[in-house]
Amino acid sequence: MTEMRHSPRDGFGDALLTLGTKNKKVVVLSGDLKESTRCTAFAEAFPERYFDVGVAEQNMMGLASGLADEGFIPFVASFAVFNPGRNWDQLRVSVCYNKSNVKIIGSHAGFSAGPDGATHQGLEDIAITRVLPNLTVLAPADINEVKQATLRAAEVVGPVYIRFNRSEELVVTNPQEEFIIGQAKTIKTGRDIAVLTTGSMLGVAQKAVNKLSKKADIALIHHPTIKPIDRDSILDIARRVKIIITVEEAQLNGGFGSAVLEVLADKQPTRVIRVGVDDTFSQSGKPEELKDKYGIAQKDIESAILRAIIKK
Amino acid sequence: MTIFYIQKKAQNIRQSIIKMLLEAKTGHSAGPLGTADIFAALYFRILRHKPKQPNWSNRDRLILSCGHIVPVWYATLAEAGYFSKSRLSRLRALDSGLEGHPLKASVPGIENTSGPLGQGVSQAVGRALAAKLNNEDHQIYCLTSDGEQQEGQTWEAYMFAAKNRLANLTFILDRNNIQIGGFTEEVMPLEPLRAKLESFGMHVLETDGHNIKGIIDCCEEARAIYEKPVVIIAHTIAGKGVDFMEFDPNWHGKTPNSLEAKKALNQLRNLQGRIDYD
Repeated sequence: MTEMRHSPRDGFGDALLTLGTKNKKVVVLSGDLKESTRCTAFAEAFPERYFDVGVAEQNMMGLASGLADEGFIPFVASFAVFNPGRNWDQLRVSVCYNKSNVKIIGSHAGFSAGPDGATHQGLEDIAITRVLPNLTVLAPADINEVKQATLRAAEVVGPVYIRFNRSEELVVTNPQEEFIIGQAKTIKTGRDIAVLTTGSMLGVAQKAVNKLSKKADIALIHHPTIKPIDRDSILDIARRVKIIITVEEAQLNGGFGSAVLEVLADKQPTRVIRVGVDDTFSQSGKPEELKDKYGIAQKDIESAILRAIIKK
Repeated sequence: MTIFYIQKKAQNIRQSIIKMLLEAKTGHSAGPLGTADIFAALYFRILRHKPKQPNWSNRDRLILSCGHIVPVWYATLAEAGYFSKSRLSRLRALDSGLEGHPLKASVPGIENTSGPLGQGVSQAVGRALAAKLNNEDHQIYCLTSDGEQQEGQTWEAYMFAAKNRLANLTFILDRNNIQIGGFTEEVMPLEPLRAKLESFGMHVLETDGHNIKGIIDCCEEARAIYEKPVVIIAHTIAGKGVDFMEFDPNWHGKTPNSLEAKKALNQLRNLQGRIDYD
């Protein structure tokens, strides 16, 4: 079977267009990155509800708060390094503390802006968003799941952050599949080891799990919701397997793996191997090269699984 | 409401502020006292509002961006009948709702959440854009401080407001020349402030921020400006009404002790302090 790849951001663009048609309260703000963040179709269909705020992410977040306080559902879109990286204080106070119904879109997450270098690689956004009260944090895997996540986010009353990649990523979820915020998805059951993924690493992890399926009985569970994390799913699998591996395209410190560890440390201490970027800035390069160099490629997941097999 | 009546309300608000700060022993003195006349003019003349219906959809919106002066907002809301004045004694106290910086709807009439400077300016622009999109004719007023103009976010917001011709938006800029670390022109000069604002596309008016008629006239004029957002630079005296607090940056971020509060209240009571406060 040939692999299908697509940029997850196109799922966001599709969903925005659907939302714009369905709900007149949906407005979109972009920080001079209309095309890169796939807001163009919405902007052309609904020019009166699209606003380019210029290169001014702090104001963008504040505007969205004001619009939401008057009943609109603003989507604010930029790269994850700027949004929520550049406007975190505005996200914290004007949106999260204020319980504003704002949807924050962090495109070009992880290594997907690879050639732009470390400045543009969104590796810290999970850590800085999942610490904020009232905020829902989503990291869908592929074009289909990004579309579903965006549609569902609009139904939540309250702030939601959605991170996704620019790079061409494996299409691994079904467009008809129901997306429920807060629920993990069991892709494959298994009794020895569980691999827990978030974001676009699902496709990569799936390949690693399939390759090593003869060596161990490996479960694969996908967490497109990072906050509120699906505690029940994590505790349930921790009771069934001996070792858990977490996989994310983000900094390990404060990231998805950390969230899993917090759940386990409280209720069900379990051995965990985390795959992610280990406390370092990256450099320019193709996304696949960077994943390889910084330890989050398929081979790194395989090696984590093999280590788990030895330890279990 | 006559000008004299509004002046009396401003003096009542100042007395409430001193009592609140004495009780709380934490908070800011100078800014709240300096803006009491502006708040009195807003709530007793300029704003269309219904104190018993704080969410009335046609109300004019007041957004406070320099959140640290919130004691004047609480005192004014209580004076206008949004909630009982007896609640004011619990400023910054646990579960009182009278947060040290404003939290939307924590008590009736608090319209927005602010504290970190610059954020309310963007929120106000968002509110004005929303009113325009909804074809609503209420006005958005935003009180902003001079020190706050040092935040880059305020200028981002002005550019957006000018680009979108948000003429339903009026900023009242409290120009008291002080900030927590000293005089604005020494910490980080703002002048020529008027020229800067005009160059960012604002229509700028100026008034003595203690002249009730001047404040009202500027707000009336602002409503008649159809093509641009307006900034009213209100020149105020920080700590206005209490002689030992006036002009002194040291009073930006501290509260009076009981002796100082007594002196302050004597000055603020009617008959210019001839009735002793005890």
